[in-house]
Amino acid sequence: MGRYLLSKLGQAVVTISLVMLVVFTLLRFMPTAGYFSKEQWKDMTEAEKTAYLRNMGVLDPLPLQLKNFVTNLFRGDLGRSIVLYPNSPIGGILAEKIPYSILLNMISWFISAAIGLPLGVAMARSKGGLADKLGTVYVVIIRAVPSIIIHFFIQVFFSKWLGLPMLFYIEQPISWILPTISMSIGSIAGYGVWLRRYIVDEENKDYIKFARVKGLPQKYIMWRHVFRNAIVPIAINIPSDFLLMLSGSLVIESMYSIPGTGGLLIKSIKAMDNPMVQVLVLMYGALSVLGVFLGDIVVSFVDPRIKLVDSND
Amino acid sequence: MDEKTVSVPENLPQELFARAEFHEEKLEDTGFSNYSYWRSTINTFFKSTTVKVVVALVLIMAAYTVIYPMVTERDPYTVSLSAREWNLPPSREHPFGTDGVGRDIWARVWFGTRTSLLLSVAVAVFEVGLGVVIGALWGFYRKLDTVMFAIYNTLTNVPSTIYLVLIAYIMKPSVVTIIIALVATGWIREARWFRSRILALREVDYNVASICLNTPTRRIIGRNVIPHLVSLIIMDAALTIPYSIGSEVFLSYIGVGLPADLCTLGNLVNQGRSAFLVYPFQMIFPTMILCFITVSFYIIGNKFADASDPKNHL
Repeated sequence: MGRYLLSKLGQAVVTISLVMLVVFTLLRFMPTAGYFSKEQWKDMTEAEKTAYLRNMGVLDPLPLQLKNFVTNLFRGDLGRSIVLYPNSPIGGILAEKIPYSILLNMISWFISAAIGLPLGVAMARSKGGLADKLGTVYVVIIRAVPSIIIHFFIQVFFSKWLGLPMLFYIEQPISWILPTISMSIGSIAGYGVWLRRYIVDEENKDYIKFARVKGLPQKYIMWRHVFRNAIVPIAINIPSDFLLMLSGSLVIESMYSIPGTGGLLIKSIKAMDNPMVQVLVLMYGALSVLGVFLGDIVVSFVDPRIKLVDSND
Repeated sequence: MDEKTVSVPENLPQELFARAEFHEEKLEDTGFSNYSYWRSTINTFFKSTTVKVVVALVLIMAAYTVIYPMVTERDPYTVSLSAREWNLPPSREHPFGTDGVGRDIWARVWFGTRTSLLLSVAVAVFEVGLGVVIGALWGFYRKLDTVMFAIYNTLTNVPSTIYLVLIAYIMKPSVVTIIIALVATGWIREARWFRSRILALREVDYNVASICLNTPTRRIIGRNVIPHLVSLIIMDAALTIPYSIGSEVFLSYIGVGLPADLCTLGNLVNQGRSAFLVYPFQMIFPTMILCFITVSFYIIGNKFADASDPKNHL
């Protein structure tokens, strides 16, 4: 168990360093206009611009820049926004916005697990039947139609039919409904279709057929054997789904004007605010790697084989 | 076992018990079957009515998008200066109406479909092609594992939208940029998938049996390995298309997609979106075509995946 976690932790550290390196290198190719505010870009001469960039450290060799960025990171300094929130520390901006994203993601994650998992079980149970067919239609629509279109129609039509507000206001919980629906429809489909498949695969295995022949009650087989095995590949994704919802909600946050981090990335890209883009992308990268690592931990609790393999070593 | 449970039918015809005659020419018959993988796959694939209809519609539409821009005299980029031509509802002259500056939406939709289809086909070809080649190398040379898994983790642990946005942000907006961004984020999954397929295929029982039976390697590769891989390739390419089209819509929404004056389905949908509450048809028509394309390719890909599995052949 300990060794398993240690190796996964090592893997996460390596991955996160690589992600940082890749993102950092890619960001050096960004147009340098993103380091100036509009007035500065208009008023400064070429020489001034170069001096300004040099002063910021953007013209330094890449390894030095990376080193500076990482040391500042450990000091808790994420740099300053330039265009979007002129000269405000990014750390402060994020601290203000993260709670909104967390709130909505928590809610929609619970919704998607609470609907998606039963959906998967129901589809597997009625394999080929009505529930399975309806579920499949739902999954095909969610997967094949670009999500933006679905979110847009949810926003326009549901707000009209149900009389719900079209934008998000933190003080009106009723306005949280549509964004959370939009955020969860995708992962409901994901949970449903995968759980269905794992259950069907598991049910066809010989030991299940044997348990049935032995006369064990169907309910017992389903819960003790089928579900416990089918949930393992789902469980590994739960933490990253949870964290990745932060990025899945890029579009939704900007549609409903939710003052969270997802909408912030889109705004920073549109405003060409390089330091903001950099910090946000790295934050998403770190969260995702963390999610994968947590998934490995969760799975070690759900799947007894991991403990067994370790003790056999 | 109790012998009484084995029931013997009483009136079996006597000729069933006749001794079989010896035919020298039939000696080689054993194990021969006229089973053809591709024929069975195609037959199973087209057995479903949904597939017949969807494939026919997709072919008609693809032909139309190729032919229409060549024969039409209507320019999708011509702006009308007279306000009477703006925001016209659908009519005989303008089947899908006109947009806010009097451009014909019917023409724009088909030019846009052409761009989007070309874009997504290019992405599918490059992504799956790169994935197959690298996946094959990865599967055959185990030494690559360390490097490839590091790349795999780096690319897949972060949501691909983030890389997509980043690449599209850094480079100038153009068709090539979008293709590069999509291929750069998608190839590794294909490579991993083909690696595991190739590893599994090498060790699979029927191939081991063929090797033991001294079947020439050429024949093993040609009849056992390639058909399997080709069907995977077709399926993956078909499923990449809806994803690429969707990504193009996403990128134009967040403002790093193709230049706004170019006709693409993504741009049309997003331009229609802003006018949706007043002139809903400006968004509905492009969206209908777009959803039709993505849903059909999704269905084709999945049905083909089912049909290519020999277990489903009858």
